[in-house]
Amino acid sequence: MAHRILIPTPLRPYTGQLGEVEADGPTVGDVLSALTLRYGDLRRHLYADDGKLRSFVNVYVNDEDIRYRDKERTPLNPGDVISIVPSVAGGAPVSAPEALPELTNDEVQRYSRHLIMPEVGVDGQRRLKAARVLCVGAGGLGSPAALYLTAAGVGTVGLVDFDAVDASNLQRQILHSTRDVGRSKLQSARDRLSALNPEVHIQTHETMLSSANALDIFRDYDVIVDGADNFATRYLVNDACVLLKKPNAYGSIFRFEGQASVFATPDGPCYRCLYPEPPPPGLVPSCAEGGVLGVLPGVIGTIQATEAIKLILGAGRTLAGRLLLYDALTMKFRELKLRRDAECPVCGDNPTVTALIDYEQFCGIPRAAAAAPAALPAELETSVEQLRAGLDAGNPIYVLDVREPQEFQICRIPGSTLIPLGQLPARLAELPGSSDEREIVVHCKSGARSAKAVRLLREHGFDRVTNLRGGILAWIDKIDPTLPKY
Amino acid sequence: MSTETAPAGSIPTFAIMPEALTAIERHGIETYPHECCGALLSSGDVIIATFALANSTDGPAARRFLVGPDQYRRAEQWAAERGGTLAGFYHSHPNHPARPSQTDLEYAWPNFLYIIVSVVEAVPRDITCWRLREDRSAFERGDLRSWRTES
Repeated sequence: MAHRILIPTPLRPYTGQLGEVEADGPTVGDVLSALTLRYGDLRRHLYADDGKLRSFVNVYVNDEDIRYRDKERTPLNPGDVISIVPSVAGGAPVSAPEALPELTNDEVQRYSRHLIMPEVGVDGQRRLKAARVLCVGAGGLGSPAALYLTAAGVGTVGLVDFDAVDASNLQRQILHSTRDVGRSKLQSARDRLSALNPEVHIQTHETMLSSANALDIFRDYDVIVDGADNFATRYLVNDACVLLKKPNAYGSIFRFEGQASVFATPDGPCYRCLYPEPPPPGLVPSCAEGGVLGVLPGVIGTIQATEAIKLILGAGRTLAGRLLLYDALTMKFRELKLRRDAECPVCGDNPTVTALIDYEQFCGIPRAAAAAPAALPAELETSVEQLRAGLDAGNPIYVLDVREPQEFQICRIPGSTLIPLGQLPARLAELPGSSDEREIVVHCKSGARSAKAVRLLREHGFDRVTNLRGGILAWIDKIDPTLPKY
Repeated sequence: MSTETAPAGSIPTFAIMPEALTAIERHGIETYPHECCGALLSSGDVIIATFALANSTDGPAARRFLVGPDQYRRAEQWAAERGGTLAGFYHSHPNHPARPSQTDLEYAWPNFLYIIVSVVEAVPRDITCWRLREDRSAFERGDLRSWRTES
C-alpha cells in the first residue's frame, strides 16, 4: 500500500520540488528505504554514516513521533501519513581562540600576578576567562578547587551537589561557614565564591549526578574536576569524561592519604585503566566511616585546581599518565606511571562501554538496600528505651560496644565494655558465656557494625545477644542528649 | 534565491530586506547572553521577513539553540500563510564570532540559509550567512546584501 510522505522545504530539491510523495511498505523503515531508493540524495541528509536516522530528523506517523512508538519498525495502517519534520539546532563553538574575551581594566589589575608570567600572560588569562570548569561535589575536594578556580578568573565555575551543609563538614569543606549549617551546599558555595570574585559565573546543578543527567551536564564544560566521595560516582564521572573527551582532574582522599591524576586526555589513561573494577562494597570505608584529616582535601583539591588551570592554559606537564600519591603523615609524595590500557572497556581500542551504565549496580550496591543498614529480625533487636529500662531495673545486662577506641573516647553508654569489631573474634572468651545469666546488648555508632557482631556471636553459640537499634546515636537522641554526637 | 552552489572562487549573494536584518540584530540583543533563533521567509530571491522562535534547547541557552519539530511546523505554517518560502533560520552567537560551529554543521539542513549574528556584550557585531555543502563536509559562506543598497 502506498503512503503519503510530507517532505520539508529543505529536502524538496531532492524530490523534484515535490512537497508530497508516495512510497510503499509495511513499516516506517520500509517506506523510508523505498523513498531514499527513489530519491538517492535524500539518504545522506536523513541517515548518519552508521545507518541510523540523524538525531535532528523527526519522523511522524500522522501526529505521533515514531520515537514514542516502535521507531523505524512502527507498523503502518492504510491512510497513515508520514511527515519528515526537521529540528534545527546549533550553537556557538566551545572555544574559538580568536573569540577569547577581552580583559577589562579591573581584571588586568586583579590578575596582574598572572599576567606578568610568560606561561599565563594576557592570552592565558583570556583563555581562563573563556573556560568552563565543573566541580563534581562541593565538599572536601570541591571547596579548595572551586575557590582557587574562581580566584584565578576561570569564566564559569560549575558545581554539582545535592547535599546540605552539616556541622561535621566544616572541619574541611572551607566553602561553607558555621552559619551555613543546614543550608544547601550550592547556595552556600555560590555566596562564598561570588563574594570572592563577582565576575565569575557560578553555575549550580542542584541534583544527584546520575547516568541520566551526567552527559548533559558535562557537555558544556571544558574540564571536569572529580571530587566524588564514592566509587559509583567516580566511575560515572570517568566514563562520562571519556565518552565526551573531556579531561578529568581526579582526586581522592582517605584519612591521611591522597591521590591525584588527570584522566581522559587524548591518548592518556582513564580511571578504569588504573582500576578496571570497583572494590567490593564495604571493603574501602568512606571518609564518613574512616575519617579524614581536614587539611588533606586542601592539598589534593588544590592540586586538582592546578591541573585544571594547566589544562586550560596548555602550560607545563599535567599529571596525565602519572598517579600522584601523597602521605600527609610522612609528608611524602610518590608517583606511579600509568598507561592507557588497550583493553580498557571504556577508553581501549575496542571499547565495550559505549554509553553510561548503572554505576550503583556496577559497584555492587543493591538499589533498595543502598542506604539501609543490614537489618536483623526484630527479635534480635533491643530499643534504647528497653535498654534504659533494663539497666534502671538492675537486670543483668552486658553492654558491648564494638566501636573503635577513639569513638569510645567521644561518648559511651555508662557501664559498657569496649571490644572493637575487628578484635571480637579473638576475644570471645571475655564475654559472658552460656552459664552466665547476663544477656548481651551490642551497640556501635548507628547499628550496622553491631549487627555484624550479633551475627558473629550467634554463629559462635551466644544465643542471648541482641543489637541496640540505632546505636549510640539513638541513645543520645532519646535517652541522654547531654552526650556529644559525632 | 539560488539553490545552486556557486562556482569556485565566487561567493553567492543573498539579498535581505534591511528591516529583516534589523529584526535579527534586535532579537540577538534581547536574548543576550543567550542565543536567539528564528525563521527566515523569502519571496523570490529576497529574504523579506523573520519570525522569532523560542529557544527550546535543554542545554545552556548561552551556547545552544534548538528549533524543535513543533516550532519547525509553526515556521512552515507561518511561511505558507504569508505566501512565501521558508528559506532557513537565523541564530545568534553571544560573545563568539559569526561563524558556524561544529554543532551548527552536525545539525545543518541542506538548501537552508543560515544567518548568524555575533553579539558581543549585548552589541551586535558581524552578521554572516551560510549554506551547507551538498556532501555535508562544511558550510559555504554567502554574501549578505541589504536589498535596498543593491538596487
